[in-house]
Amino acid sequence: MTAFAGLERGSQGPAQPPPDSGKTRGRWTPYFLLLPGMAWLAVFFIVPVVFLVSMSLQTGNIVDGYELTWNFGTYGDAITQYWDQFVRSFIYALIATVAALLIAYPLAYAIAFKAGRFKNLLLVMVIAPFFTSFLIRTLAWQVILQSDGIVVGIMEKLHIISLLQWLQLLPTDQVIFSPFAVITGLTYNFLPFMTLPLYASLERLDPRLLEAGGDLYARPFTSFRKITLPLSMPGVVAGTLLTFIPAAGDYINSHLLGNTSTTMIGQVIDGQFLRVLDYPTASALSVTLMATIVILVAVYVWRAGTEELV
Amino acid sequence: MSEMGEDPRNGATAGAARLPSTPLLRGLTRRRLLGAGAGVAALATLAACGTPGQKERNADAPTSVPDRSDTDKIVNWSNWPEYIDVTKNGKHPTLESFTKRTGIKVNYTEDINDNDAFYAKLQPFFTQGQDTGRDLLTFSDTYCGRLINFGWVQELDFANMPNVTANLDPTLKDVSWDPGRKYSLPYQAGFTGIGYNTKATRGAKVETVEQLLTDPDLKGRVTLLTEMSDTMGMVMTSMDIDPRQFTDDEFDAAIDKLQKAVDAGQIANFTGNDYGKPLASGDIAACLAYTGDIVQLQADSKDLAYALPPQGHMVWSDNWQVPNLAQHKKNAELLINHYYDPKVAAELVDWVNYISPVPAAKDVLVKEDPEVANNPLIFPTDEVRARSYLFMGISYEKEQEYNRKFQAVLAG
Repeated sequence: MTAFAGLERGSQGPAQPPPDSGKTRGRWTPYFLLLPGMAWLAVFFIVPVVFLVSMSLQTGNIVDGYELTWNFGTYGDAITQYWDQFVRSFIYALIATVAALLIAYPLAYAIAFKAGRFKNLLLVMVIAPFFTSFLIRTLAWQVILQSDGIVVGIMEKLHIISLLQWLQLLPTDQVIFSPFAVITGLTYNFLPFMTLPLYASLERLDPRLLEAGGDLYARPFTSFRKITLPLSMPGVVAGTLLTFIPAAGDYINSHLLGNTSTTMIGQVIDGQFLRVLDYPTASALSVTLMATIVILVAVYVWRAGTEELV
Repeated sequence: MSEMGEDPRNGATAGAARLPSTPLLRGLTRRRLLGAGAGVAALATLAACGTPGQKERNADAPTSVPDRSDTDKIVNWSNWPEYIDVTKNGKHPTLESFTKRTGIKVNYTEDINDNDAFYAKLQPFFTQGQDTGRDLLTFSDTYCGRLINFGWVQELDFANMPNVTANLDPTLKDVSWDPGRKYSLPYQAGFTGIGYNTKATRGAKVETVEQLLTDPDLKGRVTLLTEMSDTMGMVMTSMDIDPRQFTDDEFDAAIDKLQKAVDAGQIANFTGNDYGKPLASGDIAACLAYTGDIVQLQADSKDLAYALPPQGHMVWSDNWQVPNLAQHKKNAELLINHYYDPKVAAELVDWVNYISPVPAAKDVLVKEDPEVANNPLIFPTDEVRARSYLFMGISYEKEQEYNRKFQAVLAG
């Protein structure tokens, strides 16, 4: 993303003379620098994707073998049958991303500007959850959200439960095994991915700009709206992408915290791959999920403007 | 491919002419060309590929290698976690007594957490005719049946296992997916029944699957199992359908019944064996559960109860199998033989609390640990045994068809 943005900026900025390091020497440097990354992508991304797409167009079974029949019908069947789960995954991921942004922005802002000597400690605390596994962290939420627990007790006192029921995020008075629990889990699990890019972009903000704003009689809110927020947009875009993309494909949170009507597309793919062993359907669903995310991200980045993605 | 072999300077000059030149920009242009070349090559491969089936592969693939057991005194065994006796300092007495008795070292690995995931891990080895590096596997029934169907496991030599011939539980001798037990032997067995939290049900008993699926007092507080044979078998027993022998129509009727319960919001979720926490906390009032799990959970919580429905319940077993190309088959058989010694079987079952395939273990335990010997969940009565059903042995195609229908219900 950064390299790409650098290119965009380079193309718009004034033409710079090429770094003159002789005719042949240095010309190959960029290729050598790109080589490890490209090799990695080729082996671990491009090849698997080709196999995935190929599998989605094959028919057969493991006993008689699979044959490439260009059977696009698999896509039609898979998408029709699991349309609800697709839509649900994107809605949950969207809500979780917005929630994570609302939590992470003040957090990152506080760490960047107000934390003083606690800055490093707070950053470590943001990353601390990564010391345990994703699965264990999600299982912990089963305990946090259990009916006779403290959290649910407080939520009841503050009438948050009735509010959530009104919003249809809680089908019963139970907090666990509900859409709310799934979205909470997603928000929690991907919060560091939102916080860190936001922090990185806020931390680089030049405080003199804010001082200048103050000198020109801008109220603090106006300064924030006209200076801080626009300059932190790259962080917002990066953070929302890093949250939304994995959240849309997640299958752990909904499995452990949800119920039978919160099934997300990741769970369906997991079931088709590992239990039904219907590889073509599972591949078709995976390809569809990837393609949809790529399109959504492309539109989003295009609307947000790549030149801001510094 | 031709584009990749192209003179690099041409690409670079073209890029430099079009755009303000920085080395990286030229790189991008070049990268596009490389990408296009790779794309064409990939498409060509894609068009050509496909995967040969198991029938074709098995035709000319060897299934065994010369046995190295006598010179190489080791055996590699993959098992489930916490499924063997273990002392405080992490030793396994039953394995140590085997090494003492035979001089064979056991490389014991707990790498099966989930049948599906472990199957997915080993499948590439089998389909490509490679050694899995393991001499003993411990899959559950359906999966053992699948491995036998595909010809991925070796026939066992009973001459190496006199204890098995003498002590194997006669009711486990014939299973639908391995008649006569030629390719598999049970390690431990267990029942699938109903676990419930008496506090959450306010003292009410939950003893039938019918209650799980329809009782309004349990609405939204029931979990079933993601394992198709367990859940569907239990639903079928509640409809007086024999899970050992059923028709497609009967299976569909059971699916309908399950779907109705899911649509009504009766079922909170489908789980692996992660039902313990919510059941203990009361968020789940009742669920389908495995005997051994409940015996262990009961040690922590007095509110937990277990019921085997009067209509019958499912029995399952985890079974030893020797995969193709295993290098220490004889050592593996000697290890199985060791565990069929009633004394060793008693020591093991005393720790893991599942059901032993060696009934004679009870006689040993009556003296040593009468509490375990008299626990009906560990040594069930004949009457309970008569009501335990093993899921019908089915072909791979049928298994796939049933799983597909079952997964559609799970997706809600």
